[in-house]
Amino acid sequence: MKTIDERPVQVQPVRGTRWKKHHAEDVAGRSYTFICAALLIVIILSIVYFVASKGLATFFRDGVSLGDFLFGTTWDPEGNNGEPMYGVLPFIFGSFATSVLAALIASPLSICASLFMTEIVPGWGKKLLQPVIELLAGIPSVVYGFIGLTVVVPFLRNVFPGQGIGIAAGAIVLSVMILPTITSVAADALASLPRGLKESSFALGATRWQTISRVILPTVLPSILTGVVLGMARAFGEALAVQMVIGNAPHIPRSLFESASTLTSVITLDMGNTVMGSAHSNALWSMALALMFMTFVFVMIVRLLERRHRI
Amino acid sequence: MIKMKKPLLMLCTLALVIMLAACGSKNTEDTSSASGAATDDKSTATELSGSILAVGSTALQPLVEQAAQKFMAESQYSKIQVQVQGGGSGTGLTQVAGGQADIGNSDVFAEEKLKDEAKDLVDHQVAVVAMAAVTNPDVGVDNLTKQQLVDIFTGKVTNWKEVGGKDEQIVIVNRPASSGTRKTFEKYALGTSTEDLKGSIQEESSGTVKKIVSESPGAIGYLALSYLDDKVKVLKYEGVEATVENVTSGKYPVWAYEHMYTKGEPKPEVKAFLDYIASDAIQNGDVVELGYIPVSKMEVKRDAEGNISK
Repeated sequence: MKTIDERPVQVQPVRGTRWKKHHAEDVAGRSYTFICAALLIVIILSIVYFVASKGLATFFRDGVSLGDFLFGTTWDPEGNNGEPMYGVLPFIFGSFATSVLAALIASPLSICASLFMTEIVPGWGKKLLQPVIELLAGIPSVVYGFIGLTVVVPFLRNVFPGQGIGIAAGAIVLSVMILPTITSVAADALASLPRGLKESSFALGATRWQTISRVILPTVLPSILTGVVLGMARAFGEALAVQMVIGNAPHIPRSLFESASTLTSVITLDMGNTVMGSAHSNALWSMALALMFMTFVFVMIVRLLERRHRI
Repeated sequence: MIKMKKPLLMLCTLALVIMLAACGSKNTEDTSSASGAATDDKSTATELSGSILAVGSTALQPLVEQAAQKFMAESQYSKIQVQVQGGGSGTGLTQVAGGQADIGNSDVFAEEKLKDEAKDLVDHQVAVVAMAAVTNPDVGVDNLTKQQLVDIFTGKVTNWKEVGGKDEQIVIVNRPASSGTRKTFEKYALGTSTEDLKGSIQEESSGTVKKIVSESPGAIGYLALSYLDDKVKVLKYEGVEATVENVTSGKYPVWAYEHMYTKGEPKPEVKAFLDYIASDAIQNGDVVELGYIPVSKMEVKRDAEGNISK
């Protein structure tokens, strides 16, 4: 009670010009941040509206049915064989195949790297790996794509039957691209583990390896999975690097080493050559809408994992 | 209920943020060209100043860019700003028809892409590009007939030995179905449009097509004459070599005009620029230097329906 009574007395002497200045700063700061936040929301909403209005035109204006769009296997927007066909299943398949495969390749590597730099050699391991990972994250995707085309594709062509181009090449390039995402999320999760957990395990006589495999990994699994899902979302949205190495044939391939397409690669390939407002262009926007929906699903999975982790 | 709401709200916000990140890059092209076009209307016709925006075909872009540099360096045109952007033939035609750009660069006749809007567009043919079928050097074929090419690109023939080459699987390296280069090749070399076959490769740029054709055993593709060198084997078409002389005399049919479209008759400064590109200095200098063929050299003419006249 006493403190509450005293408070105005303490504030009173400060009132005057200085108080007014602070007050003005506070108002200015608040309104500035509010304007920024509002602008962000307006931009986001208008982009969603724009993509949706273009993307939904395929179904409402051009009369393509949602089933034909999502599950059709023939992509022939120019109508070379009679009626134009807008089946994007091969691209959805390509996108999922490359990103899941990339996550499968990258996850074990990333988890081991993060264990190495947090648990096994926290000193120089972290000093060495941290910059390497940051560097990997900073390389532009066109560089990855170019390396993929000059190194990965010829290698696959020589080792496996086929043209080298295809889902396997795309997945390998993507796996390198998502390594930093998964590694940094996993390393953060490992670093934030309470020390007591590890120490009590050691106190019980467990070796380091037993501690890592039986105590640490099960505890941070949801966080690591979050990293994997984020990595997959990045892989799903990557366009340029994949487009350069995947071959871009609009078919579901018979093998990992045969030309295929992803949603993003088709959009970048065709966007400039289509006339705005045509059914072909609208179909590309519908694919963009599908991509946005997929990112939404990825984010939902991440949120779900994080919630489980908290409990 | 209240417990549910907060995470859900955060989830939505996060989803939106990621969506923004995912689709931000796609819109930059539209907005930048739109803002570029907005400045054009200020031009004053009397003393030839103002700015010109030319958008479209990436195959024509190098020529227009180089011509624009020289044009702006000329003293009488120094008040005119020429901006050249890529984006593809479809983008060029859409923007010039919609009035966002002054000039729409295109590899194909406007009638092939647009419907009613094509009537308003005025065609200015500035150069000719010829294309040749190319293969990986190891396939052992140096001439293909039209029918053999059709069989290859429609998937009827899948091995080089069926057209007189080695026993090797044919790998098709195509351009995207919507590309102007592919349209030209299909129209004038194959005479028919083709589907994308299973296992065929599609690449966006001529550079990548050349790289893949030169490296992949059994690969076949097609390139503009300016891209040809000894890394790839250039095929004869019906026994005719793909040379500038054969194109201009009309013996070799796989070529197309490069168009610069304007909406209606061009504004004076746009007309000055188009005349500049059509001038002998550019036609015999830069056009040849960049691997195109000057329109004036052509002994044959072709209309939008593909009819040839002398």
